[in-house]
Amino acid sequence: MSATDVSEDVADPGRVAIARRSPRARTFDDIMNRREFLHIVAAAAAAGLPVDSRAALDLSAGASFYDGIERFGNVSLLHFTDCHAQLNPSYFREPNVNLGVAAARGQPPHLVGEALLAHFGIRPGTREAHAFTYLEFEKAARAYGQIGGFAHLATLVKKLRASRPGALLLDGGDTWQGSATALWTRGQDMVDAQKLLGVDVMTGHWDFTLGAERVREIVDRDFAGKIDFVAQNVKTADFGDPVFPPYVVRIVNGIRVAIVGQAFPYTPIANPRYFVADWTFGIQEEAMQKVVDEARSKGAQIVVLLSHNGMDVDLKLATRVTGLDAILGGHTHDGVPQGTLVGNAGGKTLITNAGSNGKFLGVLDLDVKDGKLADFRYRLVPVFGALLPADPEMAALIRRQRAPYAAKLDEVLAVTEGLLYRRGNFNGTADQLILDALMAEKNAEIAFSPGFRWGTTLLPGQGITIEHVMDQTAITYPYVTVNEFTGETIRTILEDVADNLFNPDPYYQQGGDMVRVGGLRYSIDPNGKMGGRITSMTLDGKPLAATKKYKVAGWAPVSEEARATGGEAIWDVMARYLRAQKTIKPRVLNLPKVEGMSGNPGMA
Amino acid sequence: MDSKRRDMLKTGGGLTLLSLVAAAGWLKPGDGWAAEWNKAAFDTKSMDETLKTIGATTPAQSKDITFFSTPDIAENGAVVPIGITSAIPKTESIAILVEKNPNMLTAVFDIPPGTEPAISTRVKMGQSSNVYALVKADGKYYVASKEIKVTLGGCGG
Repeated sequence: MSATDVSEDVADPGRVAIARRSPRARTFDDIMNRREFLHIVAAAAAAGLPVDSRAALDLSAGASFYDGIERFGNVSLLHFTDCHAQLNPSYFREPNVNLGVAAARGQPPHLVGEALLAHFGIRPGTREAHAFTYLEFEKAARAYGQIGGFAHLATLVKKLRASRPGALLLDGGDTWQGSATALWTRGQDMVDAQKLLGVDVMTGHWDFTLGAERVREIVDRDFAGKIDFVAQNVKTADFGDPVFPPYVVRIVNGIRVAIVGQAFPYTPIANPRYFVADWTFGIQEEAMQKVVDEARSKGAQIVVLLSHNGMDVDLKLATRVTGLDAILGGHTHDGVPQGTLVGNAGGKTLITNAGSNGKFLGVLDLDVKDGKLADFRYRLVPVFGALLPADPEMAALIRRQRAPYAAKLDEVLAVTEGLLYRRGNFNGTADQLILDALMAEKNAEIAFSPGFRWGTTLLPGQGITIEHVMDQTAITYPYVTVNEFTGETIRTILEDVADNLFNPDPYYQQGGDMVRVGGLRYSIDPNGKMGGRITSMTLDGKPLAATKKYKVAGWAPVSEEARATGGEAIWDVMARYLRAQKTIKPRVLNLPKVEGMSGNPGMA
Repeated sequence: MDSKRRDMLKTGGGLTLLSLVAAAGWLKPGDGWAAEWNKAAFDTKSMDETLKTIGATTPAQSKDITFFSTPDIAENGAVVPIGITSAIPKTESIAILVEKNPNMLTAVFDIPPGTEPAISTRVKMGQSSNVYALVKADGKYYVASKEIKVTLGGCGG
């Protein structure tokens, strides 16, 4: 069984007849049947044979990698999310720490490395294992090449559309932010690429950090008649009027398909509120139920939520909102090979999450019979540039968009000797580099860097260009701050972010990772209660004093006062530091002592 | 969006909810709830103690009291929208208590007979807290609660 069925069947006269078999999704020829695979692993282990993922990487099946995605059913939805404006191919290392607490412990998406491979039956040492895990990342990245990029994605989309007439392409958002060119063109390079790619429906999160006026301009002008921007949970702050259509109905092969939009519920909290001062967000469960019911009553045979909630929120939401056939999710950047089936009072809902940075394309094939969903297949397909020739038209557009900035973007600031990556609950080497630069350039004893999950990966020996720096830092509130914080304030900040990550109730989580910390050492008990997770804090071996003030450098402040104060842009601080260093030695990660998590399959 | 509605409210501005409530006489000292809500209740340290100090009955947890349009995480602690409905027959009043505010009792709404027991307002919250909806119906007290987080913001994404 390839999907994870977390619920018991719920009797319902209306929808109980729907037989939803788990998707027999992985038809790639380098993946064997999961049961068969686990059997072999168990047999090998019993025989004392090493089950070693460091064996030679499987380079076979390259040419046929994309041939196994047979068409199924009569409605197909293609889904990408959180590409963070990565128009060109890149490397992106998945995390080795993605902890699940409470009910989420050991459940997708909170599985990393070998635990993830075993759960989904993916053979180690294959292209898929590389796409979905951090395992032997550098070696595999050199063997399999870069991943993503809109020109390669366009080729895959065209290939799938050719076999799936009428397929819709859904973009889960975080599209207009994440690169230098997206920042400098205020999202225009991405908007043009979305239109050429043939995106049908979109929702958003970071996209809103371009400001409400710019969002309106794109939606009303560029998208008009082409792309539907939907969000049932964005309302005006005064009267609660909808800002965007809550959903759109598209007819696919004669079948009415409703796509409901869910923007990131905590946009005005996780990002500066001043960008969307007149709008209010939130999960808005009751409103969503009404929208789903309305779509059904108007004849929608399939209702799908295009969600930027994050996977944990989607998993909870699906137990409480009825009438959704599937939630195509994003935000938490979880590359989850297969969906999870969740039961509720009205039937079952398939939950997926399609990773980030242009690495994957989700393919959901639905078989609709007698006005109802009868069966489905879902798979998350990695986009390997080496196996998908660049689409010439998209490649030309990207070249044109980049040309005015190319010389600046390509400037090499330093060469990295170690792997630079960001993802992980507590720290990444790229974040450590930012922390080191902040402390050095601002003469601060402690540094904070936000737990963003976007930003590409660099291999040892690669030059760090301006473009790479911008891939980690390109936001519309890049101010570097230097503050005098008391030990108590520092504790409050760490506790606050820890609760956003580890609150046992997903509705109280915000996504993102723990704030990265330089200088300060701490220990954390993710199972602790709100305000009680940070169990120790030391600086230079001495405990932090509650009332003593410490000099703390940081960036990306969300308050309006911080915007008024201003500050040097983070990329300028990074560029100065990198130019002076020339060679970046492998980073020593400042990681907290993590308590109570031994044996958690979300940590390797 | 109805911009006329906005303009009208702008020109008619200046009246706060509180002054409207006061003008209607709902918050007159010694009136109704205010009289029952003795000072001792505000001085108590825990919610349980507070609730016990209020009146003759200990409030019963009720699933007939529901929050609507109320966030899990506040977008702005200075104006947190709270909506409460009561399906309990003969609901006479609905009160909002914020456990960790300096004054826990934030608002009291009298529900005249024949009125739908649904109220909504905005409250100020300094920190994450449980928020209680206390309903008096047919002389008895009922309660429901919801946790609302007030965070520093940032670091998401």
